[in-house]
Amino acid sequence: MKLLGTGSALPRHCVTNDDLATFLDTNDEWISTRTGIRQRRVLTDETLQSLAERAARGAMENAGVTGEEIDFVLVSTVQAETLSPALACDIQAALGIKCMGIDINGGCTGFIAALSVAQGLIASGQARLILVVSAEALSRFADWTDRSTCVLFGDAAGAAVVGEGDGVEDIRFTGEPRRDVLCASTPPGNSPFAINPAPAQYLKMQGQEVYKFAVSHSFRDIRDMLADHDLQPENVDFYLLHQANMRILEAVRTRLKVEPERFPHNIERTGNTSSATIPVLLDELNRSGALKPGCRLILNAFGAGLCTGTALVTW
Amino acid sequence: MNNVFQKIVDTIVDAKGIDAASITPESTFKDLNVDSLDIAEMVMTLEDEFGITIELEEGIATVQDLVKLIDERIAG
Repeated sequence: MKLLGTGSALPRHCVTNDDLATFLDTNDEWISTRTGIRQRRVLTDETLQSLAERAARGAMENAGVTGEEIDFVLVSTVQAETLSPALACDIQAALGIKCMGIDINGGCTGFIAALSVAQGLIASGQARLILVVSAEALSRFADWTDRSTCVLFGDAAGAAVVGEGDGVEDIRFTGEPRRDVLCASTPPGNSPFAINPAPAQYLKMQGQEVYKFAVSHSFRDIRDMLADHDLQPENVDFYLLHQANMRILEAVRTRLKVEPERFPHNIERTGNTSSATIPVLLDELNRSGALKPGCRLILNAFGAGLCTGTALVTW
Repeated sequence: MNNVFQKIVDTIVDAKGIDAASITPESTFKDLNVDSLDIAEMVMTLEDEFGITIELEEGIATVQDLVKLIDERIAG
């Protein structure tokens, strides 16, 4: 499978750390030293669907493909615009696509999970050209009264068109079921038969436990992936890690002993946008001209589940 | 002074370049300019050192709090 084009979209509305300090007991220094985040974009009057469509259109134009050619749509999202239909179906009309579409929830690892599903669909001959979109609106389920978590998140969509060819060399996952450290729940509904329905709960996270998990797994996953392909850390041009926290990126980078230039980041502008962070970062790198043919990339994400995913990609 | 305390002091000195003599069991991490992610990073080192897994809890305020948590874990 090969990556043929990328796209991304951020909401218009920018929220700075100072903006957050107007309604939370926090400040720019506290947030930026602990997370590296200075601002994030959040949805106001735009919809998640419109973001997903913009990112998808960008990826299709970049890949030079039309809607008629796409024969499967995969959307990675923690919470789509609607329960039904899937966002992967809803975005098709605006893009001139008519095909099967499914949403995947792999938490922050969702983009790599969607790439893996796409790889299987292409390898089995069930699809030839797939649109993969990660669309996330964390502002809708973050707890805006919890200064330890809501400051971390933003909304975004990133997309890629993938097709037959060489490029995605290896994809791997790990998991460790731990609901306690990172979870959010949906509204309970109004079934008259439900006994003690659990109330809706906004996103809760134990930052220290997630930090430990993320740093130890990312380092190990990347190290093992490289070793199995006879690669040294310096043989990888760019490490695109899930943009969750600058401190996590730095902890992984220093363990791998590679220079900062190989760890691109945009978290200072976007915050953590769950599964959208990697395709947005990939698109920004692509459009900056930094990705030359033959460029070797590691994509690595970690998040709710807990799960991790790592992909070795040649551009 | 127990081994766990000494190891924590060493880890703080390595990470923050603070004078070891200024760290006492009663020192708060806040006073030492050690934030929650520094503690998480330190705990990863200590987990490897002592071959244990520590679930970090709320309310680890002083060096002694962390010593106690690790001692309990080592004792099983």
